[in-house]
Amino acid sequence: MFDHGQPSYADVNKDIISTMLETGPKYWTLLGITVSVAGICFFMPWFYQLIVGVGAAGMNRNAVWGSYLSNFIFWIGLSHSGTLLSAVLHITNSPWRKAIYRSAEAMTLFSLMTAAMFVMVHLGRVWFVHWSFPIPNQMGLWPNFRSPLMFDVMAITTYLTASSIFIYMGSVPDFAAVRDASTGLRRRLYTIFSFGWRGTAREWHTLGWAYTFFAVFVIPLAVSVHSIVSWDFALSAVPGFHHTIFAPYFVTGAIYSGTAGIVTVMYCLRKFLNFERYIGQVHLDSLGKLLITLSLIWTYINILELFSTWYGGTSFELEALSFKLTGFYAPLYWEMLLFCAFVPLLMLFKKIRWSWNKMLVISILINIGMLTERFIIVATSQPRKFLPGAFGYYVPSWIEFSITVGSFAIFATLFLIFIKWVPAISLYEVKETLRPLRRDA
Amino acid sequence: MSTIVEKLRQYSKPGYYDKFDYHWTMTIDLDRCTGCEACVVACQAENNLPIVGEERFAENREIKWIRIERYWEGEYPDIKMGFIPMLCQQCDDAPCETACPVYATYHNQDGLNTQIYNRCIGTRTCAVYCPYEVRYFNWFTYTWDEPLEQQLNPDVTVREKGVMEKCTFCIQRIRIAKDNAKDDNRRRVRDGEVVPACVQSCPTEALVFGNSNDPEAKVSKMMKSPRGYKVLEELHTTPSIVYLTKVQS
Repeated sequence: MFDHGQPSYADVNKDIISTMLETGPKYWTLLGITVSVAGICFFMPWFYQLIVGVGAAGMNRNAVWGSYLSNFIFWIGLSHSGTLLSAVLHITNSPWRKAIYRSAEAMTLFSLMTAAMFVMVHLGRVWFVHWSFPIPNQMGLWPNFRSPLMFDVMAITTYLTASSIFIYMGSVPDFAAVRDASTGLRRRLYTIFSFGWRGTAREWHTLGWAYTFFAVFVIPLAVSVHSIVSWDFALSAVPGFHHTIFAPYFVTGAIYSGTAGIVTVMYCLRKFLNFERYIGQVHLDSLGKLLITLSLIWTYINILELFSTWYGGTSFELEALSFKLTGFYAPLYWEMLLFCAFVPLLMLFKKIRWSWNKMLVISILINIGMLTERFIIVATSQPRKFLPGAFGYYVPSWIEFSITVGSFAIFATLFLIFIKWVPAISLYEVKETLRPLRRDA
Repeated sequence: MSTIVEKLRQYSKPGYYDKFDYHWTMTIDLDRCTGCEACVVACQAENNLPIVGEERFAENREIKWIRIERYWEGEYPDIKMGFIPMLCQQCDDAPCETACPVYATYHNQDGLNTQIYNRCIGTRTCAVYCPYEVRYFNWFTYTWDEPLEQQLNPDVTVREKGVMEKCTFCIQRIRIAKDNAKDDNRRRVRDGEVVPACVQSCPTEALVFGNSNDPEAKVSKMMKSPRGYKVLEELHTTPSIVYLTKVQS
């Protein structure tokens, strides 16, 4: 389990809490960079777009949905590994989950927030976004519950709330540990955060029970969220969107890209917070095996989608299919297949699965592939709907590229703030994996 | 509570939707249509459609509630060109209506597919769901150069950026006709009293508009023509526009 010898209980506390208490110039530089990139690449173009209108982006009459929506799906997808994986591994009792689940769950939270930002960017009149919530008003106007977008609002807010509670509840004993290790204002803050946790047997029992309850609760929720996101597309009659396979396709893709995201984040945590002792080969190996499985399922569903479209044989679907495979965006399609279906097969080799650098490259390639996958779904179906008179294509403008880059900076900023406020590795669950100490030790 | 229950019960009664007075319908006779685009210009003038300019047009961001769509049949040299006026089909089972999260588009009691600009938040889902691609988005807030702003129709809203818009069957004219009917103590609008701008401007009278609930109306008789068909009928959107196919010799 541990690469560099087993740490003692005190070592665990010291190693992990010190990353929160000691902040060096490296951290501030990094935070400065991410904040300014987020500001310059995301918020400034967005404000420009708010002033002139959504026309600042490249979308046109043939494709009224563009990269904003594909990025939204991508970030929702990235959010899937965290809470879902953590919950599944918790109820299946996998010990390797314990060192990585906290940051994975944080990833869920922050990618959901980034996804929510993209909804705002996407909307034509974002200043009325509150109309999509069922807020009582004097006009008696109510949102439309038949709309898949409405399902989305409900599913995502529920998922965000449940994931927040899930990560908070799991962190309470760790907040208590931080409280005990700190002084002054921080101590008072963490006293509030930890709800006066004392670590009695009864408290542990309640926590364990509640945590398992929430894990079971969160799993169907996570599956439903991306299914519902897929219904935004599948419930339309648009060729290329109107597939029954879409819900499992999106969920698989989501978990796939999310798991790859975890590998990337693990790499960074190991590198920058010196967690080599806690995040080791066993985690990388397990994540690698999971990634291969997911990539095979994903490839299978992709083949299935092509096959059922071809077998269905309606002229509209065939037109959309041939545009996808050979049209304007075909290079992106084949790039996606390369990155998401073929490159991950390299992980079948143990040599590659055990190398952090190679796994980092593969995980980033997978997520680039998944980003383009979402773009292809959005951008190739709409310009080939039904009437040949309205065929066309769309190219993203520089504003859309800039906002896409900026969204990664927003995610990184939130994550950097997170690691200073919450222990990035669960203290008490890492301790559970240690071999029991002898009484005299 | 009991009133709500009563109302729901009323809705679930079969035939509830049939008892409405009007079902506005249009027939387009492709045999008469010359593709002159007079309807396109008339619509532009009547409904305050923005003049987007050459650049926006090249970006495929024009706004034309009714357009003449051109398509080709066969391969060169044995090729034939066809054209068809395309406007909002005012579907009875409209895909756009279920899509809007805020009810900015809904079915009114006249069988019209209405768009409420003030309620629209610009998710653009309706435009994606629409198989006819007749919904147009305001990518910018457009302005009218002097003296063009003098010709804006005071009966029609000018739309701002971020709002979806589409053909309304000239709902402002329908309203005026209904008001006149009410003033004259008539229950119904007479056939031919409501004439949308496109129908009014059609030099060959290819477009006929009226209330298909009235069996005596001209449009009801036109609809019964054996040449009639509906565009993309297989999607079961049940459009309110009937096209009369070209007679091939």
